[in-house]
Amino acid sequence: MICKGDIHVYGDNIDTDRIIPGKYTKTLDLSTLADHVLEDLDPSFKDKVKEGDILIAGKNFGCGSSREQAPLALKQAGIALVIAEDFARIFYRNAINIGLAIIEIGPHTISENSRIEAHVLEGKVYDKLLDKTYDAVKMPQVMIDILQEGGLVNYLKKHRDYNI
Amino acid sequence: MTISEKIISAHVGRRVQAGDLVVTPVDGVMATDTTGPLALKAFAEMGGSRVFDPSKCALILDHAVPPPNERIANLHSMLRVFAKEQGMRLFEIGEGICHQVMVEHQYVKPGDIFIGADSHTSTYGALNAFACGVGSTDLAATLMTGKIWMKVPETIKIICHGKLQAGVSAKDLILFLVGQITISGATYQAIEFEGEAFEGMSLASRMTIANMVAEMGGKTGIVNPKGLELEYDFDPIYPDADANYLRVLEFYVADLEAQISIPSSPDNVQNISIVEGLPIDYAFIGTCCNGRLEDLRSAAQILKGKRIKEGVRFLIGPASKSVLLDAMNEGTLQILIEAGASIITPGCGPCVGTHQGVPGNNETVISAANRNFKGRMGNPNSNIYLAAPATVAASALEGKITNPVNVRL
Repeated sequence: MICKGDIHVYGDNIDTDRIIPGKYTKTLDLSTLADHVLEDLDPSFKDKVKEGDILIAGKNFGCGSSREQAPLALKQAGIALVIAEDFARIFYRNAINIGLAIIEIGPHTISENSRIEAHVLEGKVYDKLLDKTYDAVKMPQVMIDILQEGGLVNYLKKHRDYNI
Repeated sequence: MTISEKIISAHVGRRVQAGDLVVTPVDGVMATDTTGPLALKAFAEMGGSRVFDPSKCALILDHAVPPPNERIANLHSMLRVFAKEQGMRLFEIGEGICHQVMVEHQYVKPGDIFIGADSHTSTYGALNAFACGVGSTDLAATLMTGKIWMKVPETIKIICHGKLQAGVSAKDLILFLVGQITISGATYQAIEFEGEAFEGMSLASRMTIANMVAEMGGKTGIVNPKGLELEYDFDPIYPDADANYLRVLEFYVADLEAQISIPSSPDNVQNISIVEGLPIDYAFIGTCCNGRLEDLRSAAQILKGKRIKEGVRFLIGPASKSVLLDAMNEGTLQILIEAGASIITPGCGPCVGTHQGVPGNNETVISAANRNFKGRMGNPNSNIYLAAPATVAASALEGKITNPVNVRL
Protein backbone atom coordinates (compact mmCIF):
# COMPACT_ATOMS: atom_id res chain seq x y z
CA MET A 1 0.00 0.00 0.00
CA ILE A 2 1.99 2.99 -1.30
CA CYS A 3 0.58 6.53 -1.39
CA LYS A 4 2.20 9.33 -3.42
CA GLY A 5 -0.73 11.72 -3.85
CA ASP A 6 -0.70 15.49 -3.54
CA ILE A 7 -0.79 16.73 0.01
CA HIS A 8 -3.04 19.11 1.96
CA VAL A 9 -1.49 20.38 5.18
CA TYR A 10 -3.48 21.50 8.24
CA GLY A 11 -2.72 22.07 11.91
CA ASP A 12 -3.36 20.67 15.38
CA ASN A 13 -6.62 19.57 17.02
CA ILE A 14 -8.77 19.39 13.88
CA ASP A 15 -12.02 18.24 15.51
CA THR A 16 -14.73 16.15 13.92
CA ASP A 17 -17.12 19.13 13.82
CA ARG A 18 -14.67 20.77 11.43
CA ILE A 19 -14.10 17.58 9.43
CA ILE A 20 -17.85 17.21 8.91
CA PRO A 21 -20.32 19.47 10.76
CA GLY A 22 -22.99 17.62 12.77
CA LYS A 23 -25.81 18.98 10.62
CA TYR A 24 -24.63 16.93 7.63
CA THR A 25 -24.01 13.64 9.44
CA LYS A 26 -27.52 12.26 9.53
CA THR A 27 -27.58 10.51 6.18
CA LEU A 28 -26.80 7.20 4.52
CA ASP A 29 -26.07 8.93 1.21
CA LEU A 30 -22.32 9.01 1.80
CA SER A 31 -21.56 11.03 -1.33
CA THR A 32 -23.18 14.07 0.34
CA LEU A 33 -20.53 13.97 3.06
CA ALA A 34 -17.82 14.87 0.54
CA ASP A 35 -19.71 18.07 -0.39
CA HIS A 36 -19.13 19.46 3.11
CA VAL A 37 -15.84 17.90 4.18
CA LEU A 38 -13.67 20.37 6.15
CA GLU A 39 -15.94 23.24 5.11
CA ASP A 40 -15.61 25.23 8.35
CA LEU A 41 -11.81 24.85 8.22
CA ASP A 42 -11.07 25.38 4.54
CA PRO A 43 -14.07 26.00 2.26
CA SER A 44 -11.86 25.46 -0.84
CA PHE A 45 -10.79 21.95 0.21
CA LYS A 46 -13.66 20.06 -1.37
CA ASP A 47 -12.90 21.58 -4.77
CA LYS A 48 -9.15 21.04 -4.74
CA VAL A 49 -8.98 17.51 -3.30
CA LYS A 50 -8.50 14.66 -5.78
CA GLU A 51 -8.64 10.88 -5.63
CA GLY A 52 -5.51 9.54 -3.97
CA ASP A 53 -4.52 12.76 -2.15
CA ILE A 54 -2.93 12.74 1.29
CA LEU A 55 -4.07 14.84 4.27
CA ILE A 56 -1.32 15.98 6.63
CA ALA A 57 -2.15 17.18 10.15
CA GLY A 58 -0.57 17.94 13.48
CA LYS A 59 -1.59 16.73 16.91
CA ASN A 60 -4.84 15.08 17.97
CA PHE A 61 -6.45 14.85 14.54
CA GLY A 62 -10.14 13.93 14.71
CA CYS A 63 -10.85 14.87 18.31
CA GLY A 64 -14.43 15.29 19.47
CA SER A 65 -17.40 13.21 18.48
CA SER A 66 -17.54 9.51 17.64
CA ARG A 67 -19.06 10.20 14.22
CA GLU A 68 -17.68 7.75 11.70
CA GLN A 69 -18.95 10.20 9.11
CA ALA A 70 -15.67 12.10 9.70
CA PRO A 71 -13.28 9.51 8.18
CA LEU A 72 -16.04 8.57 5.70
CA ALA A 73 -16.24 12.17 4.48
CA LEU A 74 -12.48 12.26 3.90
CA LYS A 75 -12.55 8.91 2.13
CA GLN A 76 -15.51 9.91 -0.01
CA ALA A 77 -13.67 13.10 -0.99
CA GLY A 78 -10.81 10.97 -2.33
CA ILE A 79 -8.33 11.12 0.53
CA ALA A 80 -6.26 7.92 0.47
CA LEU A 81 -4.23 8.51 3.59
CA VAL A 82 -4.12 10.78 6.64
CA ILE A 83 -0.70 11.38 8.20
CA ALA A 84 -0.68 13.12 11.57
CA GLU A 85 1.52 13.67 14.56
CA ASP A 86 -1.13 11.72 16.47
CA PHE A 87 -4.85 10.97 16.35
CA ALA A 88 -7.80 11.11 18.70
CA ARG A 89 -8.72 7.61 19.85
CA ILE A 90 -12.15 7.09 18.31
CA PHE A 91 -11.17 8.66 14.98
CA TYR A 92 -8.19 6.30 14.83
CA ARG A 93 -10.36 3.21 15.24
CA ASN A 94 -13.06 4.55 12.94
CA ALA A 95 -10.62 5.29 10.13
CA ILE A 96 -9.15 1.78 10.20
CA ASN A 97 -12.63 0.27 10.55
CA ILE A 98 -13.83 1.93 7.32
CA GLY A 99 -10.58 1.18 5.50
CA LEU A 100 -9.09 4.69 5.47
CA ALA A 101 -5.32 4.42 5.85
CA ILE A 102 -3.78 6.53 8.59
CA ILE A 103 -0.22 6.90 9.83
CA GLU A 104 0.90 8.40 13.12
CA ILE A 105 4.46 9.76 12.90
CA GLY A 106 4.95 12.05 15.89
CA PRO A 107 6.32 15.61 15.51
CA HIS A 108 7.08 16.39 11.85
CA THR A 109 8.10 19.22 9.54
CA ILE A 110 6.03 18.27 6.50
CA SER A 111 4.93 21.47 4.73
CA GLU A 112 2.85 22.44 1.68
CA ASN A 113 5.98 22.09 -0.49
CA SER A 114 6.81 18.59 0.67
CA ARG A 115 6.39 15.64 -1.66
CA ILE A 116 5.39 12.53 0.19
CA GLU A 117 5.77 8.86 -0.47
CA ALA A 118 4.16 6.74 2.21
CA HIS A 119 4.41 2.98 2.67
CA VAL A 120 1.36 2.40 4.81
CA LEU A 121 1.77 -1.20 5.99
CA GLU A 122 5.52 -0.86 6.49
CA GLY A 123 4.91 2.35 8.44
CA LYS A 124 7.35 4.58 6.54
CA VAL A 125 6.77 8.16 5.37
CA TYR A 126 9.38 9.75 3.09
CA ASP A 127 9.48 13.55 2.58
CA LYS A 128 11.36 14.09 -0.70
CA LEU A 129 11.69 17.86 -0.11
CA LEU A 130 13.78 17.47 3.02
CA ASP A 131 15.02 13.95 2.22
CA LYS A 132 13.65 12.84 5.55
CA THR A 133 12.07 9.53 6.55
CA TYR A 134 9.60 9.13 9.39
CA ASP A 135 8.90 5.82 11.11
CA ALA A 136 5.26 5.36 12.00
CA VAL A 137 4.05 4.46 15.47
CA LYS A 138 3.38 0.73 15.23
CA MET A 139 -0.24 -0.34 15.00
CA PRO A 140 -1.48 -3.50 16.75
CA GLN A 141 -1.51 -6.45 14.31
CA VAL A 142 -5.31 -6.67 14.50
CA MET A 143 -5.56 -3.15 13.07
CA ILE A 144 -3.14 -3.98 10.26
CA ASP A 145 -5.26 -7.05 9.49
CA ILE A 146 -8.46 -4.99 9.49
CA LEU A 147 -6.89 -2.36 7.22
CA GLN A 148 -5.58 -5.00 4.83
CA GLU A 149 -9.09 -6.42 4.52
CA GLY A 150 -10.35 -2.94 3.63
CA GLY A 151 -12.12 -2.43 6.94
CA LEU A 152 -13.89 -4.17 9.79
CA VAL A 153 -16.92 -5.19 7.71
CA ASN A 154 -14.78 -7.31 5.38
CA TYR A 155 -12.61 -8.53 8.25
CA LEU A 156 -15.60 -9.87 10.18
CA LYS A 157 -17.30 -11.21 7.07
CA LYS A 158 -14.19 -13.32 6.56
CA HIS A 159 -13.19 -14.22 10.15
CA ARG A 160 -16.58 -13.97 11.95
CA ASP A 161 -14.67 -13.01 15.10
CA TYR A 162 -11.59 -11.12 16.22
CA ASN A 163 -8.24 -12.85 15.81
CA ILE A 164 -5.99 -11.62 18.59
CA MET B 1 -4.75 -3.08 39.80
CA THR B 2 -6.52 0.09 38.69
CA ILE B 3 -10.33 0.14 38.51
CA SER B 4 -10.16 -0.39 34.72
CA GLU B 5 -7.76 -3.34 35.08
CA LYS B 6 -10.07 -4.91 37.68
CA ILE B 7 -13.21 -4.54 35.57
CA ILE B 8 -11.58 -5.86 32.41
CA SER B 9 -9.88 -8.74 34.27
CA ALA B 10 -13.24 -9.81 35.67
CA HIS B 11 -14.70 -9.84 32.17
CA VAL B 12 -11.95 -11.77 30.39
CA GLY B 13 -11.37 -14.25 33.22
CA ARG B 14 -7.69 -13.55 33.73
CA ARG B 15 -5.55 -10.89 35.30
CA VAL B 16 -4.76 -8.20 32.73
CA GLN B 17 -2.66 -5.08 32.93
CA ALA B 18 -2.30 -1.83 31.01
CA GLY B 19 -1.02 -2.48 27.52
CA ASP B 20 -2.56 -5.95 27.10
CA LEU B 21 -4.74 -6.48 24.05
CA VAL B 22 -8.00 -8.20 24.93
CA VAL B 23 -11.25 -9.28 23.35
CA THR B 24 -13.82 -8.71 26.07
CA PRO B 25 -17.52 -9.49 26.39
CA VAL B 26 -19.66 -6.43 27.01
CA ASP B 27 -22.69 -5.88 29.25
CA GLY B 28 -24.45 -3.26 27.19
CA VAL B 29 -24.45 -1.58 23.79
CA MET B 30 -26.25 1.45 22.45
CA ALA B 31 -26.40 3.66 19.39
CA THR B 32 -28.23 6.89 18.58
CA ASP B 33 -29.92 8.39 15.55
CA THR B 34 -26.56 9.88 14.49
CA THR B 35 -24.51 6.69 14.70
CA GLY B 36 -27.22 4.01 14.50
CA PRO B 37 -28.08 4.15 10.79
CA LEU B 38 -24.46 3.62 9.69
CA ALA B 39 -24.09 0.91 12.34
CA LEU B 40 -27.12 -0.99 11.05
CA LYS B 41 -25.80 -0.70 7.49
CA ALA B 42 -22.45 -2.13 8.61
CA PHE B 43 -24.23 -4.83 10.69
CA ALA B 44 -26.03 -6.08 7.58
CA GLU B 45 -22.89 -5.85 5.43
CA MET B 46 -20.75 -7.84 7.87
CA GLY B 47 -23.32 -10.64 7.85
CA GLY B 48 -25.16 -9.83 11.06
CA SER B 49 -28.62 -11.30 11.41
CA ARG B 50 -29.46 -11.24 15.13
CA VAL B 51 -27.99 -8.99 17.81
CA PHE B 52 -26.09 -10.94 20.48
CA ASP B 53 -28.63 -10.26 23.25
CA PRO B 54 -31.61 -7.94 22.63
CA SER B 55 -32.00 -7.23 26.36
CA LYS B 56 -28.51 -5.68 26.42
CA CYS B 57 -28.87 -3.58 23.27
CA ALA B 58 -30.70 -0.29 22.84
CA LEU B 59 -31.30 2.38 20.23
CA ILE B 60 -32.07 5.94 21.31
CA LEU B 61 -33.59 8.71 19.20
CA ASP B 62 -32.03 11.83 20.73
CA HIS B 63 -29.71 13.75 18.40
CA ALA B 64 -32.38 15.18 16.09
CA VAL B 65 -35.75 14.92 17.82
CA PRO B 66 -38.43 15.48 16.73
CA PRO B 67 -36.97 14.99 13.24
CA PRO B 68 -36.44 18.35 11.51
CA ASN B 69 -36.77 16.95 7.99
CA GLU B 70 -37.88 13.92 5.99
CA ARG B 71 -34.36 12.51 5.63
CA ILE B 72 -33.92 12.23 9.39
CA ALA B 73 -37.53 11.07 9.86
CA ASN B 74 -36.74 8.18 7.53
CA LEU B 75 -33.56 7.30 9.43
CA HIS B 76 -35.66 7.20 12.61
CA SER B 77 -38.08 4.84 10.87
CA MET B 78 -35.19 2.58 9.86
CA LEU B 79 -34.05 2.33 13.49
CA ARG B 80 -37.61 1.57 14.67
CA VAL B 81 -37.95 -1.27 12.16
CA PHE B 82 -34.61 -2.79 13.19
CA ALA B 83 -35.44 -2.61 16.91
CA LYS B 84 -38.79 -4.29 16.33
CA GLU B 85 -37.27 -7.07 14.19
CA GLN B 86 -34.61 -7.71 16.81
CA GLY B 87 -36.89 -7.49 19.84
CA MET B 88 -34.68 -4.80 21.37
CA ARG B 89 -35.75 -1.56 23.00
CA LEU B 90 -35.87 1.68 21.07
CA PHE B 91 -36.25 4.83 23.14
CA GLU B 92 -38.59 7.12 21.26
CA ILE B 93 -38.23 10.84 20.61
CA GLY B 94 -38.53 12.75 23.85
CA GLU B 95 -37.49 9.87 26.12
CA GLY B 96 -34.20 11.64 26.58
CA ILE B 97 -30.50 11.72 25.82
CA CYS B 98 -28.89 8.31 25.36
CA HIS B 99 -26.56 8.57 28.37
CA GLN B 100 -29.26 9.74 30.75
CA VAL B 101 -31.66 7.08 29.50
CA MET B 102 -29.12 4.25 29.78
CA VAL B 103 -28.44 5.15 33.42
CA GLU B 104 -32.10 5.75 34.36
CA HIS B 105 -33.20 2.45 32.82
CA GLN B 106 -30.25 0.56 34.31
CA TYR B 107 -28.77 -0.66 31.05
CA VAL B 108 -25.45 0.02 32.75
CA LYS B 109 -24.45 -0.76 36.33
CA PRO B 110 -21.29 -0.66 38.46
CA GLY B 111 -18.58 -3.01 37.23
CA ASP B 112 -20.02 -3.26 33.71
CA ILE B 113 -18.25 -2.83 30.41
CA PHE B 114 -20.46 -0.73 28.18
CA ILE B 115 -19.90 0.25 24.56
CA GLY B 116 -21.80 3.19 23.12
CA ALA B 117 -21.69 4.77 19.71
CA ASP B 118 -21.31 8.24 21.13
CA SER B 119 -18.16 9.88 22.39
CA HIS B 120 -19.72 10.87 25.72
CA THR B 121 -20.33 7.23 26.67
CA SER B 122 -17.58 7.86 29.23
CA THR B 123 -20.41 9.37 31.33
CA TYR B 124 -21.16 5.95 32.88
CA GLY B 125 -17.84 6.07 34.68
CA ALA B 126 -19.93 7.95 37.26
CA LEU B 127 -21.42 4.54 38.05
CA ASN B 128 -18.06 2.83 38.60
CA ALA B 129 -18.39 1.20 35.15
CA PHE B 130 -15.90 0.95 32.28
CA ALA B 131 -17.65 2.73 29.42
CA CYS B 132 -16.19 3.58 26.10
CA GLY B 133 -17.34 5.51 23.04
CA VAL B 134 -16.88 3.97 19.59
CA GLY B 135 -17.95 4.66 16.02
CA SER B 136 -20.65 2.95 13.99
CA THR B 137 -18.71 0.00 12.57
CA ASP B 138 -17.22 -0.99 15.93
CA LEU B 139 -20.75 -0.72 17.32
CA ALA B 140 -22.10 -2.98 14.58
CA ALA B 141 -19.45 -5.57 15.37
CA THR B 142 -20.31 -5.41 19.07
CA LEU B 143 -24.03 -5.82 18.33
CA MET B 144 -23.18 -8.92 16.30
CA THR B 145 -20.54 -10.55 18.52
CA GLY B 146 -21.27 -9.18 22.00
CA LYS B 147 -17.55 -8.45 22.21
CA ILE B 148 -15.01 -5.75 21.46
CA TRP B 149 -11.23 -5.76 21.11
CA MET B 150 -9.28 -3.14 22.99
CA LYS B 151 -6.02 -2.30 24.62
CA VAL B 152 -6.23 -2.20 28.42
CA PRO B 153 -5.59 1.49 29.06
CA GLU B 154 -3.03 3.07 31.28
CA THR B 155 -4.62 5.24 33.97
CA ILE B 156 -4.11 8.82 35.09
CA LYS B 157 -5.29 9.34 38.64
CA ILE B 158 -6.67 12.78 39.46
CA ILE B 159 -7.02 13.50 43.17
CA CYS B 160 -8.96 16.60 44.21
CA HIS B 161 -8.54 17.68 47.81
CA GLY B 162 -11.03 19.91 49.58
CA LYS B 163 -14.74 20.48 49.15
CA LEU B 164 -16.02 22.81 46.44
CA GLN B 165 -17.24 26.11 47.82
CA ALA B 166 -20.91 27.11 47.66
CA GLY B 167 -21.98 28.17 44.17
CA VAL B 168 -19.20 26.15 42.51
CA SER B 169 -20.35 22.91 40.89
CA ALA B 170 -19.05 19.71 39.36
CA LYS B 171 -19.09 21.46 35.97
CA ASP B 172 -16.70 24.13 37.21
CA LEU B 173 -14.42 21.42 38.54
CA ILE B 174 -14.39 19.34 35.36
CA LEU B 175 -13.87 22.45 33.20
CA PHE B 176 -10.89 23.29 35.38
CA LEU B 177 -9.54 19.75 35.02
CA VAL B 178 -10.05 19.69 31.23
CA GLY B 179 -8.05 22.92 31.11
CA GLN B 180 -5.27 21.27 33.11
CA ILE B 181 -5.19 17.96 31.22
CA THR B 182 -5.88 19.54 27.77
CA ILE B 183 -7.96 18.17 24.94
CA SER B 184 -5.48 15.44 24.06
CA GLY B 185 -3.82 14.95 27.43
CA ALA B 186 -5.54 11.63 28.17
CA THR B 187 -5.68 10.13 24.66
CA TYR B 188 -5.96 6.31 24.84
CA GLN B 189 -5.92 6.52 28.65
CA ALA B 190 -8.36 6.00 31.48
CA ILE B 191 -8.87 8.57 34.22
CA GLU B 192 -9.67 7.78 37.83
CA PHE B 193 -11.14 10.62 39.88
CA GLU B 194 -10.83 10.46 43.62
CA GLY B 195 -10.64 12.65 46.67
CA GLU B 196 -12.87 14.66 48.94
CA ALA B 197 -14.23 16.88 46.17
CA PHE B 198 -15.90 13.88 44.49
CA GLU B 199 -16.97 11.94 47.58
CA GLY B 200 -19.97 14.07 48.42
CA MET B 201 -21.16 14.31 44.82
CA SER B 202 -24.54 13.09 43.62
CA LEU B 203 -24.74 10.61 40.75
CA ALA B 204 -25.77 13.52 38.49
CA SER B 205 -22.64 15.51 39.39
CA ARG B 206 -20.45 12.43 38.92
CA MET B 207 -21.99 12.04 35.44
CA THR B 208 -20.97 15.62 34.62
CA ILE B 209 -17.41 14.77 35.70
CA ALA B 210 -17.10 11.52 33.74
CA ASN B 211 -18.87 13.03 30.72
CA MET B 212 -16.08 15.49 29.98
CA VAL B 213 -13.35 12.86 29.99
CA ALA B 214 -14.20 12.88 26.28
CA GLU B 215 -12.83 16.44 26.18
CA MET B 216 -9.51 15.13 27.53
CA GLY B 217 -9.31 12.50 24.79
CA GLY B 218 -9.74 9.72 27.35
CA LYS B 219 -10.94 6.21 26.64
CA THR B 220 -12.92 6.11 29.86
CA GLY B 221 -13.12 8.04 33.11
CA ILE B 222 -14.18 6.39 36.33
CA VAL B 223 -15.13 8.19 39.51
CA ASN B 224 -13.99 6.37 42.64
CA PRO B 225 -17.20 4.91 44.13
CA LYS B 226 -16.53 6.22 47.63
CA GLY B 227 -19.72 8.06 48.61
CA LEU B 228 -21.67 6.86 45.57
CA GLU B 229 -25.33 6.29 46.38
CA LEU B 230 -27.60 4.39 44.01
CA GLU B 231 -31.18 3.20 44.33
CA TYR B 232 -29.99 -0.43 44.28
CA ASP B 233 -27.26 -2.39 46.05
CA PHE B 234 -23.92 -2.81 44.33
CA ASP B 235 -20.38 -3.97 45.00
CA PRO B 236 -18.06 -0.99 44.61
CA ILE B 237 -14.76 -1.51 42.77
CA TYR B 238 -11.85 0.39 44.25
CA PRO B 239 -8.30 0.49 42.91
CA ASP B 240 -5.62 -1.43 44.79
CA ALA B 241 -3.30 0.61 46.96
CA ASP B 242 -0.34 -0.55 44.85
CA ALA B 243 -2.01 0.01 41.45
CA ASN B 244 0.24 1.35 38.71
CA TYR B 245 -0.61 4.78 37.35
CA LEU B 246 0.86 6.56 34.36
CA ARG B 247 0.55 9.82 36.28
CA VAL B 248 -0.98 10.95 39.56
CA LEU B 249 -2.13 14.57 39.62
CA GLU B 250 -3.26 16.30 42.80
CA PHE B 251 -5.21 19.53 43.07
CA TYR B 252 -6.51 21.55 45.99
CA VAL B 253 -9.92 22.75 44.84
CA ALA B 254 -11.59 24.23 47.93
CA ASP B 255 -10.94 27.74 46.62
CA LEU B 256 -11.87 27.04 42.99
CA GLU B 257 -14.09 29.74 41.50
CA ALA B 258 -16.54 29.53 38.60
CA GLN B 259 -14.81 28.41 35.40
CA ILE B 260 -15.53 29.14 31.76
CA SER B 261 -14.32 27.65 28.49
CA ILE B 262 -13.51 30.27 25.87
CA PRO B 263 -14.17 29.64 22.13
CA SER B 264 -13.31 27.47 20.35
CA SER B 265 -11.86 24.56 22.29
CA PRO B 266 -13.22 23.02 25.50
CA ASP B 267 -9.76 23.04 27.11
CA ASN B 268 -9.38 26.81 26.75
CA VAL B 269 -10.55 27.28 30.34
CA GLN B 270 -10.20 30.39 32.51
CA ASN B 271 -11.53 31.78 35.75
CA ILE B 272 -14.82 33.46 34.90
CA SER B 273 -13.50 36.88 35.96
CA ILE B 274 -11.49 37.01 32.70
CA VAL B 275 -14.67 37.41 30.61
CA GLU B 276 -17.23 38.69 33.11
CA GLY B 277 -19.42 41.38 31.59
CA LEU B 278 -19.23 40.12 27.99
CA PRO B 279 -22.73 40.56 26.46
CA ILE B 280 -24.52 37.36 25.43
CA ASP B 281 -27.34 36.70 22.96
CA TYR B 282 -28.31 33.15 23.79
CA ALA B 283 -28.16 30.92 26.88
CA PHE B 284 -28.65 27.16 26.88
CA ILE B 285 -28.91 24.60 29.68
CA GLY B 286 -29.20 20.94 28.76
CA THR B 287 -27.22 18.06 27.19
CA CYS B 288 -25.71 14.87 28.56
CA CYS B 289 -23.32 17.08 30.50
CA ASN B 290 -25.76 19.31 32.41
CA GLY B 291 -29.43 18.69 31.66
CA ARG B 292 -30.33 16.90 34.89
CA LEU B 293 -32.68 17.90 37.70
CA GLU B 294 -29.96 19.36 39.93
CA ASP B 295 -28.83 21.51 37.00
CA LEU B 296 -32.31 22.89 36.42
CA ARG B 297 -32.67 23.45 40.16
CA SER B 298 -29.47 25.46 40.31
CA ALA B 299 -30.77 27.66 37.48
CA ALA B 300 -34.16 28.03 39.18
CA GLN B 301 -32.49 29.03 42.42
CA ILE B 302 -30.94 32.01 40.63
CA LEU B 303 -33.98 32.92 38.56
CA LYS B 304 -36.81 32.49 41.07
CA GLY B 305 -39.13 35.48 40.86
CA LYS B 306 -36.94 37.23 38.28
CA ARG B 307 -36.94 37.78 34.49
CA ILE B 308 -34.03 37.22 32.16
CA LYS B 309 -32.60 40.24 30.34
CA GLU B 310 -34.68 41.47 27.43
CA GLY B 311 -33.16 40.46 24.11
CA VAL B 312 -31.60 37.26 25.48
CA ARG B 313 -32.91 33.84 24.40
CA PHE B 314 -32.86 31.11 27.00
CA LEU B 315 -33.42 27.48 26.03
CA ILE B 316 -33.62 24.51 28.36
CA GLY B 317 -33.36 20.93 27.16
CA PRO B 318 -34.08 18.46 29.99
CA ALA B 319 -31.86 15.39 29.73
CA SER B 320 -34.84 13.04 29.84
CA LYS B 321 -38.60 12.82 30.13
CA SER B 322 -38.13 11.76 33.72
CA VAL B 323 -36.10 14.91 34.44
CA LEU B 324 -38.77 17.00 32.73
CA LEU B 325 -41.55 15.42 34.80
CA ASP B 326 -39.67 15.82 38.06
CA ALA B 327 -38.87 19.44 37.26
CA MET B 328 -42.51 20.03 36.44
CA ASN B 329 -43.90 18.32 39.54
CA GLU B 330 -41.68 20.17 41.98
CA GLY B 331 -42.26 23.59 40.38
CA THR B 332 -38.73 24.11 39.04
CA LEU B 333 -39.98 24.22 35.47
CA GLN B 334 -42.55 26.89 36.27
CA ILE B 335 -39.90 29.13 37.83
CA LEU B 336 -37.72 28.77 34.74
CA ILE B 337 -40.54 29.38 32.25
CA GLU B 338 -41.80 32.38 34.19
CA ALA B 339 -38.27 33.74 34.15
CA GLY B 340 -38.29 33.59 30.36
CA ALA B 341 -36.96 30.13 29.43
CA SER B 342 -38.27 28.04 26.52
CA ILE B 343 -38.34 24.29 27.05
CA ILE B 344 -37.37 21.98 24.18
CA THR B 345 -37.95 18.26 23.69
CA PRO B 346 -35.65 16.14 25.89
CA GLY B 347 -32.70 15.24 23.68
CA CYS B 348 -29.37 16.63 22.52
CA GLY B 349 -31.05 19.81 21.26
CA PRO B 350 -28.91 22.62 19.86
CA CYS B 351 -25.65 21.10 21.14
CA VAL B 352 -25.20 19.08 17.94
CA GLY B 353 -25.95 21.93 15.53
CA THR B 354 -28.72 20.21 13.65
CA HIS B 355 -31.81 22.13 14.76
CA GLN B 356 -33.66 23.58 17.78
CA GLY B 357 -31.68 26.77 18.21
CA VAL B 358 -28.81 27.42 15.81
CA PRO B 359 -27.09 30.71 16.76
CA GLY B 360 -26.90 33.59 14.26
CA ASN B 361 -23.77 35.18 12.83
CA ASN B 362 -21.54 36.94 15.37
CA GLU B 363 -23.75 35.85 18.24
CA THR B 364 -22.38 34.89 21.62
CA VAL B 365 -23.74 31.77 23.29
CA ILE B 366 -23.24 30.66 26.86
CA SER B 367 -23.97 26.97 27.16
CA ALA B 368 -23.90 24.26 29.81
CA ALA B 369 -22.84 21.75 27.14
CA ASN B 370 -19.43 20.12 26.79
CA ARG B 371 -18.15 21.30 23.38
CA ASN B 372 -17.56 24.70 21.82
CA PHE B 373 -15.72 23.75 18.65
CA LYS B 374 -16.16 26.13 15.74
CA GLY B 375 -19.49 25.38 14.09
CA ARG B 376 -20.55 23.02 16.86
CA MET B 377 -24.04 24.50 17.24
CA GLY B 378 -24.54 24.75 13.50
CA ASN B 379 -23.00 28.14 12.71
CA PRO B 380 -19.22 28.58 12.42
CA ASN B 381 -19.69 32.36 12.75
CA SER B 382 -20.92 32.21 16.34
CA ASN B 383 -18.97 31.95 19.59
CA ILE B 384 -19.75 29.41 22.29
CA TYR B 385 -18.69 29.75 25.93
CA LEU B 386 -19.08 26.71 28.20
CA ALA B 387 -19.97 27.05 31.87
CA ALA B 388 -21.94 25.60 34.75
CA PRO B 389 -25.77 25.80 34.72
CA ALA B 390 -25.73 28.40 37.50
CA THR B 391 -23.39 30.57 35.42
CA VAL B 392 -25.60 30.20 32.35
CA ALA B 393 -28.67 31.19 34.37
CA ALA B 394 -26.91 34.16 35.97
CA SER B 395 -25.69 35.28 32.53
CA ALA B 396 -29.20 35.00 31.04
CA LEU B 397 -30.48 37.12 33.91
CA GLU B 398 -27.93 39.87 33.43
CA GLY B 399 -27.55 39.64 29.66
CA LYS B 400 -23.81 39.29 30.07
CA ILE B 401 -21.40 36.69 31.38
CA THR B 402 -21.92 36.72 35.13
CA ASN B 403 -20.45 34.84 38.07
CA PRO B 404 -23.47 33.28 39.83
CA VAL B 405 -22.04 34.13 43.25
CA ASN B 406 -22.55 37.81 42.35
CA VAL B 407 -26.29 37.43 41.78
CA ARG B 408 -28.36 38.48 44.75
CA LEU B 409 -30.82 35.68 45.53
